[in-house]
Amino acid sequence: MDPDKCEGHNRCFSLAPELFEVDEFGIASTKNNGEVPKGMEDKADLAIANCPEFAISILED
Amino acid sequence: MSDRKPGIPNSREGCPVHDWATDYDVMDPIYNSDPGPIWQDLRERCPIAHSERWGGSWMPTRYEDVREMARAVPTLSSRAPGVIPPSPEMREILIQEVKEFGAELPPISADPPLHKPFKQLILPLFSPKAVDTYRPFTEQLANSLIDQIIQKGPEVDGATDYAQQLPPRVIAHIIGIDESRADEFTEWVRGILEQGQADAEIRLKYRRIIRDFFQEMIIERRNTPRDDAISRLMEAEIEGEKLSDYTIIGVCFLLLVAGIDTTWSSIGSALFHFGTNPEHRKRIYAEPNLFTTAIEELLRFYSPVKMARRVLEPIKFGGIEMQPGDKVIMNFPAANRDPQIFDRAEEVVLDRKQNRHIAFGVGIHRCAGSNLARMEMDIALRVWFNRIKDFEVIQPKNVIWSGGQVRGPRVMPMKILGA
Repeated sequence: MDPDKCEGHNRCFSLAPELFEVDEFGIASTKNNGEVPKGMEDKADLAIANCPEFAISILED
Repeated sequence: MSDRKPGIPNSREGCPVHDWATDYDVMDPIYNSDPGPIWQDLRERCPIAHSERWGGSWMPTRYEDVREMARAVPTLSSRAPGVIPPSPEMREILIQEVKEFGAELPPISADPPLHKPFKQLILPLFSPKAVDTYRPFTEQLANSLIDQIIQKGPEVDGATDYAQQLPPRVIAHIIGIDESRADEFTEWVRGILEQGQADAEIRLKYRRIIRDFFQEMIIERRNTPRDDAISRLMEAEIEGEKLSDYTIIGVCFLLLVAGIDTTWSSIGSALFHFGTNPEHRKRIYAEPNLFTTAIEELLRFYSPVKMARRVLEPIKFGGIEMQPGDKVIMNFPAANRDPQIFDRAEEVVLDRKQNRHIAFGVGIHRCAGSNLARMEMDIALRVWFNRIKDFEVIQPKNVIWSGGQVRGPRVMPMKILGA
């Protein structure tokens, strides 16, 4: 999650609140140090595919 | 040219468009009832179109161009974000005021570095956490509107009896102004964003009404502070300084104007869509969980808002050289139908997974109220679908759409089957 690219659209938070949190200005950060728990991969993909700022990416383990 | 309204340059009202690439008209009623085919043609033939109408402007239709332009800050300045430019008289007033106070409606009409502190001033009003606290109020409001609709039915107007009624009351609730005056607020905002676009006198009249109203609200709170957004703005400091009344009024003006026409249009467009697509209607009744993706998809397809930028220095986009003083229309709605970015771009796909739509803009001017708009759409649609058994738009071709800055249904007769 690149905080410099985030403009606070909150799309990730609305689609995957299990993986993201947002501050009062809407700027998002990842939960669990950015690790995607098992079974949450689809939600992570959905968040990536809906970010208008292309601020989220996934690093394969 | 002979019948043009005073003060509005080159509107050529009533003069038909022959070539949209060189002479588009964002106020054309046919364009505003179904702009998709025109954008499709322009995207292939002339992706950054130009027109001399309405003061002259460039209009991109491709997603990548719109994105790049949104990020070209502040070479593309937000100092004059109106799609239809002000009359010469109003332009003079604005130039003087901006010289004295920095920006008329910050943060929307501010560039960096002024933009950020103002945006951060209002963002906490619209964070997901704050927006959650407005839910019960909004839900109660939606239910009471449906009560009235069911009583009035079976023929109702989806635009004026429902969609129009929610946003002014919700934003009034947040700002801290009298919700029972919602009809007046709507009239004022339409005076600015709709009728006032092509009529300089109306625009000036409603601008004065809104500014005077908020001045009065400030004076009231100076004597007795309250727990509302106006009082918060009066307490706020930017770089150690309190805001001037002019600036507080500007921010409130923006909250009111941006909170009404836009969301009204989104809710109305969603009802238009379901009221003209029986299969989609059936699917949502059967699978209400689809609302999460469906709302984003409806925002993509029916994006209501266009904004404008002013070119400050020579800059090139897609091989086109723009000059200082040129205006650019940020065509977020057309970007959202770009087939390079969206599969089946001209179709509404209720469960679309990949959807980087920019209905709320992109970059630093991302709509501050996007969470609020999304929540209002969510509640408006869920309550509607919960309480109304079935419905349809009576004559889709006769629906009247607003255009220019904000596009949405303004007259939309519907038939409903109550609970």
